[in-house]
Amino acid sequence: MEKLKVKIGLEVHVQLTKLKTKLFCSCPSDYRGKPPNTYVCPVCLGLPGSLPKVNSKAIEYAVMVALALNCKINRKVMFFRKHYFYPDMTKNFQITQYDRAGGAPIAVNGYLKLSTSDKEKVVRIRRINIEEDPGKLVYPTGSIITSPYTLVDYNRAGIALLEIVTEPDIETPAEARLFLQKLRSILEHLDVCDCGLEGAVRTDANISVAGGGRVEIKNIGSIKDVEKALMYEILRQKEALLKGLSIRSETRHWDDVRKVTVPLRVKEEEQDYRYFPEADIPPIIITEEFIEKIAKQMPELPDERLKRFQREYGLPYYDSSVLVSNKKLADFFEETVKLYKRNPKKVANVIINDFLRWIHEKGLELDNVKAKPKDIAELLKLLDNGIISIKIAKTVLPEIIVSGKSPSQVVKERKLLKISDKQIIRQIALKIFREHKKAAFDALKDKKAINYLIGQIMKYTKGRADPAVTGKVVKELLTDLKEGKLKL
Amino acid sequence: MDVLSKPANELGELILSGAISIVDLIDKVYERIMKLESKVNAIITLRSRSDLLKEAENKEKEIKRGAAKGLLFGVPVAVKDNISTKGIRTTCGSKILENYVPPYDATVVKLLKKEGAIIICKTNMDEFAMGSSTETSYFGPTRNPWDLERVPGGSSGGSAAVLAAGIVPLALGSDTGGSVRCPAAFTATVGLKPTYGLVSRYGLIAYANSLEQIGPMARNVTDVALLLNVISKYDENDGTSIPGSRPDYMYSLSNPYHIKGSLKVGLVVEMMGEGVSDEVRKVILRALDKISGEGIEIEEVSLSSLKYALPAYYIIAMSEASSNLARYDGVRYGFRAKIDGDWNKVYMETRAQGFGLEVKRRIIMGTFALSAGYFDQYYLRALKVRTLILNDFRRAFKKFNVLVGPTMPILPFKIGEKIKDPLAMYMCDIETVSANLAGIPAISIPAGFIGNLPVGLQIMAPPLHEELLLKISKIFEDKIGLRNLIAPL
Ligand SMILES: [Zn+2]
Repeated sequence: MEKLKVKIGLEVHVQLTKLKTKLFCSCPSDYRGKPPNTYVCPVCLGLPGSLPKVNSKAIEYAVMVALALNCKINRKVMFFRKHYFYPDMTKNFQITQYDRAGGAPIAVNGYLKLSTSDKEKVVRIRRINIEEDPGKLVYPTGSIITSPYTLVDYNRAGIALLEIVTEPDIETPAEARLFLQKLRSILEHLDVCDCGLEGAVRTDANISVAGGGRVEIKNIGSIKDVEKALMYEILRQKEALLKGLSIRSETRHWDDVRKVTVPLRVKEEEQDYRYFPEADIPPIIITEEFIEKIAKQMPELPDERLKRFQREYGLPYYDSSVLVSNKKLADFFEETVKLYKRNPKKVANVIINDFLRWIHEKGLELDNVKAKPKDIAELLKLLDNGIISIKIAKTVLPEIIVSGKSPSQVVKERKLLKISDKQIIRQIALKIFREHKKAAFDALKDKKAINYLIGQIMKYTKGRADPAVTGKVVKELLTDLKEGKLKL
Repeated sequence: MDVLSKPANELGELILSGAISIVDLIDKVYERIMKLESKVNAIITLRSRSDLLKEAENKEKEIKRGAAKGLLFGVPVAVKDNISTKGIRTTCGSKILENYVPPYDATVVKLLKKEGAIIICKTNMDEFAMGSSTETSYFGPTRNPWDLERVPGGSSGGSAAVLAAGIVPLALGSDTGGSVRCPAAFTATVGLKPTYGLVSRYGLIAYANSLEQIGPMARNVTDVALLLNVISKYDENDGTSIPGSRPDYMYSLSNPYHIKGSLKVGLVVEMMGEGVSDEVRKVILRALDKISGEGIEIEEVSLSSLKYALPAYYIIAMSEASSNLARYDGVRYGFRAKIDGDWNKVYMETRAQGFGLEVKRRIIMGTFALSAGYFDQYYLRALKVRTLILNDFRRAFKKFNVLVGPTMPILPFKIGEKIKDPLAMYMCDIETVSANLAGIPAISIPAGFIGNLPVGLQIMAPPLHEELLLKISKIFEDKIGLRNLIAPL
């Protein structure tokens, strides 16, 4: 029972947030935070008589994603109608794509390579669909159960979505996370989706354990939650199998408050979407030249960037892979290096070990970090020039992340300049020696006591005393004490 | 009465020259509606008299200022009630849209306004254009001006009736399976279904979107050409709109006899066979007699796939209808049942109360045809028939310039006669649906009468051959000698 075979497939819905307009009309696509039902027109409201007009930029973006995911791009792209009644639907059908009944989604049969610590893993992409996002149901109390009525906001209706479907090649929740992280980084490098926006990437995961029924978990909002939901499901299914229960195929919902999956109400009958061709949109022919043109314009993708980081900056594989796993982080790194060329590895260290740690600790995202690359570069320069100590640098960093002040401003305001003046340090040391007489005499024979004295000086100067100078001063004072030149 | 009987192509010039006052004209139109509408019931929404007169006055001022222009300046036009008109309610003949006022104009309506036309009213129709008699309208049946006991055909029955009643000289209809041609035939008017994609469908409330076109209707071929000139433009808002410019259809009529060589006309035998009444057959043959000779050869031709046209048409039309009509749920616009309950219950009740019987029948049958397990058997097979029909037409058009047959297999029937027998009603479309399946242009012109009941001659041409089709129609119209007919009321 230990090693049960787990098969996971993902269905990722990606909003093409970088498009200026919706998929089938000219309403702007930056609907977030706008008053309800103000970003609408006859087309996305599905008013009688309105007709869809395909946003050709969406096709271009889809081809870019398809190329990045090594897919075969269909030359004749058709749209289909998928029927179901639901209040967030303006036409009670969704314009999407279909791979049967003569239909052809924009792309099929691709793959994405994941690098884990010990092996390279290939996840096959079954297909990529272009489709429209429905509107959004709004519960006035925030809960579906306690709300006496439901409101609908159609600002989101008609936003262009890509549905990226994998084969069930993923074997662990961690692999699912890696897949999604890499996909996200690719989408951001292609500049088609700002994946950090709320609801911009939504995932359905299906999982079967030891050949049991296929369980689908719907609409998981974040990458972390996908991993958690899958871990929960594996545990739940393993326990059921241990008890001798069989796992039936079903659809479950991820409750992101309680962090559990719960079964959705079971429908009496299988949903029949009655797919059929959308006659209002004639087939779109994608030519070889069009694909070639896009292929030529493709930006650098994470895999290439990783190799370049190793080559150009001499970074180890690990550092490079951490940096390119997030486009904004990689950009941040490169911009910092531009301003601090002398040691890219040092920049990587600060970003990966300190900067990232503080971001997580403060519960921030890269987007709302106030510190800019120039600030990190400045911090490193202050350190190099001996203006601040490494200890001070570590206290300055979290402050610039939160406040947006420059490092020198923080150093100035908090009087954090390093003390390297031997005379000043000597006076402070004398004071410490006198306050800790026993330690001072112990120090004549005990190394530990020396460190104690240095520690006290550092504490007194809040870490600003130059360690090298301090060490020297303490040594001199101890010699004087030994030779009787110093009276305490 | 005199101005009202004028063809639109003359009226426009008389208005611009100042010979006819637009205010007088609109006043007369309004008076005639007041006099006849209670008998005919051709109109769902009539614009208010004050609105119309104000528009007429403004247009007259433009004439005085010398700023008037447009192919239809001051010409009164009726628009079928499934074509969206900004600010004027557009019901589709259905309770479910009884109070729906579109916030936008259909492209054809924009084009009408651009050419100076005055939209008088929205005309009655079968609910969601589903019918061949205008009896399924929520607003009651329209009566045929030639015989008030009989139907005017459908679904654009209201548009045909306002023409035949001498109310307006021009009207827009829509034709999914014959809905322009059928009422034209039943009212001795002229109605054209253009090539699929010639006229923008943007703003036309869909019944079966892969089949339908908005079509011009008038009392003579020249006026149909004039109205086609106005409405046929490439429209980027309609993905199926054919790009490129359109010929001047009026110009091509100025010398209709200028057709190279002799004209080959194919009489489709399948269209004269079973189901066609003897009376209709007789009138058609008599009309063809008048036409033939002088460089016009008429020969029989068989298009064997046409026998499958009707079932294929109904499967496709109903399937598409079940999809197109899904949006009427009462949430965003239109009628909503006043009941409490979750959305599912409200949807069901809204649709149960909002749709009429024939619409429900087609939604249910279309839903069935698209269902898993039946899709291949019905929908995909119907698409194959569609291809066969298209190929048959292509073959026939290699030999013939145009194809002809009756528009309707029977004479206008009595109100109530077929409404309880859907299959008999569907059979009425047997002559017309194949042009929609093939996407080719087809026109109905008056062929003759049995007593006071009109019979229409249908003429079909290859795709985008409207110019040729109208030329030939004009020649036939001359030879048959029936034009500008107004029913004695
Ligand atoms: Zn819109």
